[in-house]
Amino acid sequence: MLTFILRRLGVMALTMVCLTLVVFFLVNLEPNLKKLAISQLDMRSSQEDLESWLEANGYRQNFFVRYGQWLGVMPKQPNVDPATGEAVPRFRYCDEPAEPHYSGILQGEFGCSTKFKVPVAEKLFPALGATGILMFWVMVVMVPVSLLVGVLAGMREGTRTDRSLSVASITTTATPEYVSGVIFTVVFASWLGILNGSAATATSQGINFFNFTLPVMTMAIYGTGYIARMTRASMVEVMTQQYIRTARLKGLSFRQVVMKHALRNALIAPFTVIMLQFPWLLTGVVIVEVMFRYQGFGFTLVEAAGNNDIDLLLGCSLVSVFVVLSTQLISDIGYAFLNPRIRVK
Amino acid sequence: MQLEFIGPFEILLGLVYRFWPVWLALGILLALSLGFKRRLGLYGQLFDTGVGVAGVLICAFWLFTAIFADLVAPFAPLDQIFVMKDALPGAVEPETGRVFLLGGDKLARDVFSRMVYGSQIVLIIAPAATAFALMVGTTLGLPAGYYGGRVDTVLSFMANLVLAFPVILLFYLLVTPGIRETAIPQWLAGFFFVFPIVFFGTLFWTRFRSRPRLLAVQLAITVLLGGWVYLGLVFDADPLGIIAIEPNELNIFVAVVFASAPGVFRIVRSLTMDIQTRDYVAAAQTRGESPWYIMLWEILPNARGPLIVDVCLRIGYTTILLGTLGYFGLGLAPESPDWGTAIKESSRLLRAYVHPALPPVIALMSFVLGLNLLADALREQSLKD
Repeated sequence: MLTFILRRLGVMALTMVCLTLVVFFLVNLEPNLKKLAISQLDMRSSQEDLESWLEANGYRQNFFVRYGQWLGVMPKQPNVDPATGEAVPRFRYCDEPAEPHYSGILQGEFGCSTKFKVPVAEKLFPALGATGILMFWVMVVMVPVSLLVGVLAGMREGTRTDRSLSVASITTTATPEYVSGVIFTVVFASWLGILNGSAATATSQGINFFNFTLPVMTMAIYGTGYIARMTRASMVEVMTQQYIRTARLKGLSFRQVVMKHALRNALIAPFTVIMLQFPWLLTGVVIVEVMFRYQGFGFTLVEAAGNNDIDLLLGCSLVSVFVVLSTQLISDIGYAFLNPRIRVK
Repeated sequence: MQLEFIGPFEILLGLVYRFWPVWLALGILLALSLGFKRRLGLYGQLFDTGVGVAGVLICAFWLFTAIFADLVAPFAPLDQIFVMKDALPGAVEPETGRVFLLGGDKLARDVFSRMVYGSQIVLIIAPAATAFALMVGTTLGLPAGYYGGRVDTVLSFMANLVLAFPVILLFYLLVTPGIRETAIPQWLAGFFFVFPIVFFGTLFWTRFRSRPRLLAVQLAITVLLGGWVYLGLVFDADPLGIIAIEPNELNIFVAVVFASAPGVFRIVRSLTMDIQTRDYVAAAQTRGESPWYIMLWEILPNARGPLIVDVCLRIGYTTILLGTLGYFGLGLAPESPDWGTAIKESSRLLRAYVHPALPPVIALMSFVLGLNLLADALREQSLKD
């Protein structure tokens, strides 16, 4: 088990290096650098001004040197002002020491956000916290509802309850966030007028039922159907097993059979599915936060990508890739843990 | 100036009337399918269940809408008639007396016509991108599952690499105006679009190697057709000038193929590993068939059931991805009538006007729902056998 986890962690580290290298390459393409330079100077700057700005701020160094600096395995040279000969920070809103130093991801330095004009950590981590709250409520709504629907549908295969719940689950899987968000906003905010159509106040005044229900509902609905269908399939399979028939023949009531014998075994597969939902939820987070103007991780990612804020975008990628890979790892370990047959192997 | 309106019942009637070519085509399709149900195999069996019929009808409805868009839509998608700005559903255009059945949007365009023309974009890009993803995923998934070992390790690592990217981040990095100035979309397109040629080339080569005449004809057709499409799509240099693709469309296309090919790869790989243990594969190996013959002519045909189901689901998923791209304004032109862009435009003004948002939303949802129902019915049928 330990070697398994260690090997997985090794693969995970390798994957992260490869992916950040790709992201680093893409954000540092020539047109993107030019866009950054224009946004930092102004629209009328000449070609030479842009070039000298890029040169002065170290964007013209060798690609791998810069990646190494970002990673924290190469020293970052101080930025010397040619007029005075003194070291000045690249961006006035981020401090920098005057001697060569290692400051990268490995040292816990995420760099400097050019869009929000703060160090990346100051922007990224509060945003992650805000998204954490959203995710928490989504999970609180999504997991019980979907498991309940799945178990009810799979308990008696082929009945009318099963069919109608299955069609309902298929419908929710056909409803991406930007569709359900529009429908819910129209129904609950425009027509009934009971909920806020925007979660912008959630950031400033704290979350409450009125500004937070719509985002949570919108995000939960897409995943619910999928998890419910997986739970149903697993429940159907368990209900055909021999030990269920034995329990039934022994004279236990249907209710007891389901609660005591079927449920535990039927919930192993959905656990994996729920963990693997995180990458999907990440896309959902971006859509929902943009749609309802909630200042979380997704909102930050879109702002960073739209303005080619290199360090912030790299930070966002690192976080999201980390989330995806660690949930995969947890789901594998958890699956082995929950299912004794695999553990013994 | 005051606009005249028609009532809700007349709107409904008008909508039903506008779709007449679609109803006609659906009627013919239904009559033919039910008439020849016995001889149609898996497709015929779909008509045994309510879910299957619903799936076929919804998908066919949008397919015919896309085909007959010019007949169904009363206005062109970019027509602006100034007095109709933000007009409510059922408003009558004063000059010609034609009706904006579902109202006008903020740029005074007919919402209904835009929804109809939007179906064209979605129904071309989504299935085509899925087809390319299927080719790429199959061509790489078969050897990964068959040989295992190092080939599998390398290919799986690459697939997982792409799968570990949140889709939205991938799109934000890969579908930008900036990246269109570089040659990256062309490189990726050049890489992906080679796969269909390789696939069909190998397919014919392995089977008909002993019949050189037949093989020559088939290979010539593959190379000619494939090369023609390849020239048109990748280099935008079709000698006949029929196949052309805008740089932004190529960019979207490549990004969508890139995002969904690893999923196909994983499925094909696991199916191959499963089927490989069957007796008929062992028999073919004993006969001394080449590995690629076994993969393409023994394993692939027997994996078709789950693959067809997956393709249905995947077209739906690709539609959702396209909508996401439109919603974030990535790649597609801002005035494009596709559903995602329309949802983006209208959802910003939801507080003032609701009517421009609902048609594209319902269209997208119903199309994906139709595909999902179809997939569900197909899965049921293939489990029965």
